[in-house]
Amino acid sequence: MGERLTGRSNRRQFLAAAGGAALALTVRPASATPAAMTLAIRKVAGESEIKPGKVKIDMPPLVENGNAVTMTVSVDSPMTAADHVKSIHVFTERNPQPNVIDVSLGPRAGRASITTRIRLADTQKITAIAQLSDGSFWSDSIEVIITLGACLEDNLI
Amino acid sequence: MARTLINVPAKAKRGEIIAIKTLISHTMETGFRHTNLGVRIPRDIIDTLICTYNGEEIFRTRLHPAIAANPFVTFHTVATESGTIGFRWTGDKGFSATASAKITVE
Repeated sequence: MGERLTGRSNRRQFLAAAGGAALALTVRPASATPAAMTLAIRKVAGESEIKPGKVKIDMPPLVENGNAVTMTVSVDSPMTAADHVKSIHVFTERNPQPNVIDVSLGPRAGRASITTRIRLADTQKITAIAQLSDGSFWSDSIEVIITLGACLEDNLI
Repeated sequence: MARTLINVPAKAKRGEIIAIKTLISHTMETGFRHTNLGVRIPRDIIDTLICTYNGEEIFRTRLHPAIAANPFVTFHTVATESGTIGFRWTGDKGFSATASAKITVE
């Protein structure tokens, strides 16, 4: 009888431990939230008003593989010494970190347009903001559907 | 030394806006992945790319882990004079790489 009780308690301990381990495995790395993205944007723009327009994100709306998604951000600007784009910043909502890329430009760029390849962890909203030489901020957002996200290739190494 | 690939037009007209394409081989390890044993793989990325035109800085970008492996960046500049366009990448673990391209402006 005593032996059986011990056996039971072992089984109970085992189940508890297994449950704990399963729980530990399901904990994913913290991901950015819309609030984290807003915070990251505010870090760049401060209290300035961010108006929609002028900026354009060009990327496919449906992506099969989130490991390398080609993205072009262009800003409608004459790029003269008096009126040019000072910086472009891109943010994501559900990647582990909200920041993607920060670019500093000047009138010598001629055209405010950059292309790069980014990682996207999940179906999410991407926001680009641009600061013009007069200090105003402009933005554009785009919803992208990802069928296979980046950052999921754990346990391959 | 990481392999780099730069695409700059060899010739351009004065005042013409040219596209510059840069590519560098790098894993861009995010710091969010784990091995089979649950050990976090430390972050190892390129975080800065600076481009100079005859020594003057014309473009600077800060990259984050959300940039795909083998960072590819395209941007534009105005061809002002003949000379050298230089590129410098720096990153974690003391990573540093440079490249340059010649341009003739007519």
